[in-house]
Amino acid sequence: MDSQKANFEPKIVAFCCNWCSYPAADGAGVSRLQYPTNIRIIRVMCGGRVTPGLVLKAFELGADGVLVATCHFEDCHYMFGAKKAADVHNITEQLTAMIGIEKERLVLDWISSAEATKFAKVAQEFTATVRKLGPSPIKKVIRVSDNQVGDVK
Amino acid sequence: MSIKKAIKESRAYLCLECGKCTGSCPVSRFNHGYSPRILVNKAIRSGQLELLKDKNIWACLTCKLCDERCPANIDYINLTLATRLEAQKIGEEAICSHGGAAQSLMRIMSTPDLQQKRMDWIDNDLKVAGSGETLYFVGCLPYFDVLFKDIEVNTINSAKASIKILNHLGITPVVLPQERCCGHDLLWGGDLENFKKLAKHNINEINKAGVKKIIFSCPEGYRTFKIDYPKYFECKFEVQHITELIAEAIDQGKIKLKEMNKTVCFQDPCRLGRHLGIYDEPRKAITSVPQLKLKEMARSRNQAMCCGVSAWMNCSTYSKSIQLARLKEAKQTTADLLVLACPKCEIHFNCAMKDEKVGKDVKIETIQLVTLIADALIDG
Repeated sequence: MDSQKANFEPKIVAFCCNWCSYPAADGAGVSRLQYPTNIRIIRVMCGGRVTPGLVLKAFELGADGVLVATCHFEDCHYMFGAKKAADVHNITEQLTAMIGIEKERLVLDWISSAEATKFAKVAQEFTATVRKLGPSPIKKVIRVSDNQVGDVK
Repeated sequence: MSIKKAIKESRAYLCLECGKCTGSCPVSRFNHGYSPRILVNKAIRSGQLELLKDKNIWACLTCKLCDERCPANIDYINLTLATRLEAQKIGEEAICSHGGAAQSLMRIMSTPDLQQKRMDWIDNDLKVAGSGETLYFVGCLPYFDVLFKDIEVNTINSAKASIKILNHLGITPVVLPQERCCGHDLLWGGDLENFKKLAKHNINEINKAGVKKIIFSCPEGYRTFKIDYPKYFECKFEVQHITELIAEAIDQGKIKLKEMNKTVCFQDPCRLGRHLGIYDEPRKAITSVPQLKLKEMARSRNQAMCCGVSAWMNCSTYSKSIQLARLKEAKQTTADLLVLACPKCEIHFNCAMKDEKVGKDVKIETIQLVTLIADALIDG
């Protein structure tokens, strides 16, 4: 188990909004800032779109951590999208906590398109936190339609 | 189960094509593209793949109104269930409401050693035990209240009320901290694999706590434990709905209730009514409150209309039309309160009443049956 934990590479899903956090991640790449490859970025038009369903689906499919990155409240391209993201995040957080996922595994952060260094930093820190926590308590849920046999994790 | 076998078991081949099912179906009334009669026909006449790929198989509310009226006695909802189980195998899926959050929660719960924190709602004045003979099955209520915060429902109140009633009757119920969803919605959504996992886990936990009798306030959980679990697993426990227990206690004179000068109407949940045939017990509970008048809606008992969505699938404008139609019926009774017996009816009706344009016209205060009874209890 310990050796398993030592070799553990967390799978992290990052939902990044199209107008701030995704360009920030892009900027981090362009400026050659290093951040862990554990982060899998999914671009969404707005952080307010990241409903509990999306986050829970990520955990259901085996994510060890989920990062939701949106604009700062005052920069939101859709006026109140970032506020909506914060409200929805509040609900998602309560649900994940209730179902037994550690609260550190779900993070909401505000990264503007100019903050490439912040994106790299958040990615590094979050990966380190999840690595420390170890694999997610949720076993990847297999369904018949996945055409897979056995436990993937 | 193959479709052929399902056709045989549900007696679909006896279909007279009279169309009573489509005429009575609450979905068909608003969604003219959906017709149970055509689906039955399709099941009998066309190839299996064509049936399984049809999106309409997911539109059924499985409210059983068509079964009730079918002159050939066809078990349409079980045909639908079998079709969905088969369809899921080839990767077909329903359109899940709420971004699939409810389905994801249920599938996550199938993980064996999950440490849920779902007991926060138990107040100090409620007496619960860790092990014993009687279990109160809470179901997904704590999750619903978080997920549907925006429509301000408080489904957990029905759990609190149920425990209050049980305590009043001298029962200290067991509440399991690691209880899972009963799997009702996964089963009706066609996901048999994960339904079985949830069922197995629940049965293990129940056996571990030494429970002999389970009390439900949620009709869906009750149906699942009573009809679906014994199909797949050995169940050594007895199940009972809280309204049955209340009716028994009223007969024995164990419950005394306060006066309540109000008029109410009652929404029969499809699972409690048509699926399990419990119509009289909830009415007995309501009418035993002194001064409380029960006015039946135009369609009640086995003709009652569904709340519009089942198993968190296919919530659409049609669902809202169904809800509005039902709420209008409730308004027409001129009742002050709409008494409900299912947490999902509470969520769906309250959601329809929150509609900005038409919500105000159908606004009626809702209350869960158990909450009504628990509030009217006289101590001692």
